[in-house]
Amino acid sequence: MLEAIDVTVRIGTRKLLDRVSLSVHTGETAVIVGENGAGKSTLLKLFAGDRLPARARTEGRVRVAGRELAAWPLAARARLRAVLPQRPELAFAFTAREVAAFGRYPVSTGWHDRRDREIVDAALALADATHLAGREVTTLSGGEQARVHLAAAFAQLWEADFPHPRFLLLDEPTAALDLAHQHALLVTARAFAAQRNVGIFAILHDLNLAATYADRVVVLHQGRVLAQGAPGAVLQPATIAAGFGVAAQVLRHPITGGILIATAAATDAVGVGHGGVSSCRTL
Amino acid sequence: MTARLAAASRRIPGVAVLVGLTLLLVAVTVLAIGHGAFRIPPADVLRVLVSNTGIDAGDIDARQVAVLNAIRLPRVLLAIVSGAGLAVAGALMQGLFRNPLADPTLIGVSSGGALAAAFVIVLGATWLPGVSKLLGAWTLPLAAFTGALAVTLLVYRIGAAGGFLSLPSVLLAGIALNALAMAGVGLLSYLASDEQLRNLTFWSFGSLGGATWPVLKAVAPLALIATVAGSLLARPLNALALGETQATHIGIDVVAVKRAAILLTALAVGSLVAATGVIGFIGLVAPHAIRLACGPDHRIVLPGAALLGAVLVVLADTLARTLVAPAELPIGILTATLGGPFFLVLLLRRRGQIGL
Repeated sequence: MLEAIDVTVRIGTRKLLDRVSLSVHTGETAVIVGENGAGKSTLLKLFAGDRLPARARTEGRVRVAGRELAAWPLAARARLRAVLPQRPELAFAFTAREVAAFGRYPVSTGWHDRRDREIVDAALALADATHLAGREVTTLSGGEQARVHLAAAFAQLWEADFPHPRFLLLDEPTAALDLAHQHALLVTARAFAAQRNVGIFAILHDLNLAATYADRVVVLHQGRVLAQGAPGAVLQPATIAAGFGVAAQVLRHPITGGILIATAAATDAVGVGHGGVSSCRTL
Repeated sequence: MTARLAAASRRIPGVAVLVGLTLLLVAVTVLAIGHGAFRIPPADVLRVLVSNTGIDAGDIDARQVAVLNAIRLPRVLLAIVSGAGLAVAGALMQGLFRNPLADPTLIGVSSGGALAAAFVIVLGATWLPGVSKLLGAWTLPLAAFTGALAVTLLVYRIGAAGGFLSLPSVLLAGIALNALAMAGVGLLSYLASDEQLRNLTFWSFGSLGGATWPVLKAVAPLALIATVAGSLLARPLNALALGETQATHIGIDVVAVKRAAILLTALAVGSLVAATGVIGFIGLVAPHAIRLACGPDHRIVLPGAALLGAVLVVLADTLARTLVAPAELPIGILTATLGGPFFLVLLLRRRGQIGL
């Protein structure tokens, strides 16, 4: 279990997170939503073990498998969680296979380990990036790059026999992707998590993607957890209005049978005016 | 499909390049040892080298042995050490700053050496007569080494001021201290007599003319340790291409890598600057050429650059001491003359590939 217990992060008098308690279990997909500045990225950084700004002061605890995250050595931490950054960087023209193989760094030390190569190939295949393997990543499109970096994250968390729980942290993974790739990425990540018993913690902006792919949705508002639970229970008009300042109606999704959230600017009367199904996406 | 094959096949296997460069370095070394005012045929070079190890290699001309062992060998060996050290230092800086145009001057190591050298050349005799008398010919190299390390450590300390070694801070501190050091060199040049100015110019363009066994024994261990230890940073430097945060995510101790890369660069370049003055462009060109041929994997780039750098400096030094014989050209002029056009061609033809 990856958990934040009563976490507060302050910069001066401003609270980025305010007494947040939250846990992510292996095998589940927890999606965090919230307006800009709600504290989503700060929370993800805490879970990743990233450095916060020098002036930030943190209270509370972040634990993995009952042990403080910071107490895990760097190399062990790399096997507990992988992070898909919002905008992956790459300074030199490594090939897609080389980038995916970075995911094996925490595990392997060798030059030509056959098992590593098999895992990298399998991870590339799972991320639908096999055909990109020999290409230099700097020449790929944003969507292709995202898949390659996702493959690296898969390769990093591959070992299902690792004695501790493993988590995949996705920081707005769909931001740079077209519609089809948004769905493909989340489907793939969920499949990987289910197959290999990995927990997913993802930041998403699109409430309908959250509704479709989350086992649990957490709404963060001004640094606090406004609501969390099953998508259908949490993503209700009142919560959305409070969390995002928009008017919303929840409908039945004609394709998935789940919920479909129609939103409009808060000044419009819901269901009249110029609102509409603004962020509806189909599978 | 064809695009994919083309992209993949553009790279030459790293092992082939390493083997090829090793053979090339051996060949170039034998030729360079034999080349000069007193020519020694390659076969004789090999026989003298063999006889040095104590094996009987038949009749050998005593003059050949004397020239080879006393003059040519230490010089060519210093050229190899310099080329390897400068190239690895360049590759370390490029990997560290994640920029193909980075080089060791960024962390102040060259300008620190230059300032100290200028100080000794211009003011050493008047300000530090006791020290000069005590250290003799070692005054200049020791001062240059100390200056190089001192300025780099200062850059490092400023970069690490926030409790975390921040590369942008290191870069900016390097720029500021480079400017200060260069102002100091400028002031000393202004104060210098004509002869001092000439020494200063010669030093700032580099020369292997000072190569003797004692110099080699003092410099080679430091430079070689830094070169080999630097090559061990290959995997962490690869990871650093992902950025510091993501490198940390895959278990790399980024602060330790940054610290090691900066200190090893200072050690290699500082000791070499002390022995040879400033030799430019090797640190920039050698890693680039390997990256273009074999891709950016530092496990190939670091050793490959070391070999190529050694080949380039051995060649450049051979030209430097023979082109205008019996006079000598400063080697830095040659490396810059060869390196500049190479770099422009690279820039114009392969802009995309070098990440610009």
